[in-house]
Amino acid sequence: MRVWLGGGIVLLLFLAAVLAPWIAPHDPLEQDLISGLLPPFWSADHDSVFLLGTDSLGRDLLSRLIYGARVALIVAIAAATLAALLGTVLGLLAGYYGGAFDILISRMVDIWMAFPPVLLSIVLVAVIGTGLHSVIIAIVVIDWTRFCRVVRAETLVQREQEYIASAVTIGLDRWKILWGEILPNILPLLITLLTLEMGIAIIVEAILSFVGLSVSSDQATWGGLIQEGRQYIHQAWWVMTLPVACIIVAVLGFNALGDGLRSLLDPVMGR
Amino acid sequence: MNAHFLLRRLILVVPTLFGVSVIVFILLRVVPGDPIAMMTPPGATQADIDHLRQLYGLDKSILEQYLIWFREVLHGDFGISISLRQDVVDLILSRLPATLELAFTAMLIAVVLGVLLALAGTYWQGRWPETLVDGVTGLTQAIPDFLWGLIFILALGVFWPILPISGRIDPRLSVEFVSQFYFLETILRGNFALLPGLFNHLILPAVALALPLTAVIARTLKASLREAMTQDYVLLAQIKGFGKWRILVVEALRNALIPTVALSGVQFNFLLGGTVLIERIFSYPGIGNMAIGAVIDRDLPLIQGLIITFAIMFIIINLMVDMSYRMLNPKVAHE
Repeated sequence: MRVWLGGGIVLLLFLAAVLAPWIAPHDPLEQDLISGLLPPFWSADHDSVFLLGTDSLGRDLLSRLIYGARVALIVAIAAATLAALLGTVLGLLAGYYGGAFDILISRMVDIWMAFPPVLLSIVLVAVIGTGLHSVIIAIVVIDWTRFCRVVRAETLVQREQEYIASAVTIGLDRWKILWGEILPNILPLLITLLTLEMGIAIIVEAILSFVGLSVSSDQATWGGLIQEGRQYIHQAWWVMTLPVACIIVAVLGFNALGDGLRSLLDPVMGR
Repeated sequence: MNAHFLLRRLILVVPTLFGVSVIVFILLRVVPGDPIAMMTPPGATQADIDHLRQLYGLDKSILEQYLIWFREVLHGDFGISISLRQDVVDLILSRLPATLELAFTAMLIAVVLGVLLALAGTYWQGRWPETLVDGVTGLTQAIPDFLWGLIFILALGVFWPILPISGRIDPRLSVEFVSQFYFLETILRGNFALLPGLFNHLILPAVALALPLTAVIARTLKASLREAMTQDYVLLAQIKGFGKWRILVVEALRNALIPTVALSGVQFNFLLGGTVLIERIFSYPGIGNMAIGAVIDRDLPLIQGLIITFAIMFIIINLMVDMSYRMLNPKVAHE
């Protein structure tokens, strides 16, 4: 049930992002200064050309929301995947080999997680500069610890299982055991974490574009729309409401999918 | 014993701050992005640019710049903000009280609300209030403070406009304050006519900031309270005939608090970090809001000053959490 609901939302988001040039009714950058801050279709004085109204420069809100989904999803997929890769590799190695490397990695994770993530992401983007790449790098640099910590703990558990002892007995080398035996067994957990991380990445991207530290302000992003809507909140409440709703639905969608996948993929832990 | 512990921790503060300042200083200078280019108009001559660069000391090597900065800092001088052209210390001191009032209110709300939720959930264990408590904590944890702030603005500032959504005080009021601690000063002066207005401005950002921490406290404390209620000393209190509330609050709470305090230290830091965003959303004039402006303008002296300020606040919070942890847990204190 939750998988279907979450999966449906995520699929919709994905389709909107991929098909943006075809389904968006307008060019998201096309300005129409005479029709600024028009209300959505349910309002009496709406303009049927702009289904969900316009922003202050008369740009079509629906089109900007659809193109905003593009940025959100690019960041979500790229950042979450890279963070998962980095965190998983380090977590597996630390958990399986132990020793000084494990101590080093664990200490790093502890220090990392003591910093407030939002503050850290803003400082990071301040240091590496703005833009889509920087946002993705900032999320990876901050959130690899989420994967590393869990993967390491799970590797420690798996390492003691009997199938590993069997694999050692039949003479598999440690490298093969790590990637061929342990990794497949923590994959369900990883997929769940990855889905949840995408929701987090969408929020971080929205935050950074809200404060003006993401892509340039021309480009349509949900956070950028919120920032603009915040300025005109008393004249045009819908400009801020619509992107906020999009973010909440997207994040809840990813969370539902992640939680649903957890109970689906792991029948024991899912209870 | 405790004085010794405090002294040891205080000595550690110095290298920590030194380390933070070195890292920040180097990072901010090795990356591209020229603050001088941002403050000069397009038609400026190279001579003007060189002059400004010299004025702000940006023509020297990083090491030289750091040594100059460090010498000035020891004299309490953090330099001049490039974008606002004012003394960094003055700027920070004028905005810091607003942030302290906001963060302290949020922490108070989180602790009180979190403890009450945990107590209620344990008292009515297995009945509908517990389900309600679990539902509330689940929801508050799933949505970050950024979204809570926006939801509050829409719900209570726009659709049902009962609370102000920006600033600290009604701009139409012309009240003179001696300090920047508006709330505290009003209470101390007994000027209660002003209090509701100040409170209304503070409550939405404070609650938005407090909610994630509330959930963490409620959840952790409820789990430990539950465990504490099965202990022998609780059974003894029951046999003695003490009431259920008394047992919960007097007997169980003190012991159950230990894991919560240990866990919430980091969370207090997160709350403080959250002020950056919440102040931006509510146009609240604190140092968090100022920090984002400084980052956008690449105002190096101001960013450095603000990061050191945040670092000092983090250190103080951690120290306070550690101290209360040791006070609650005699086992650690006597090690």
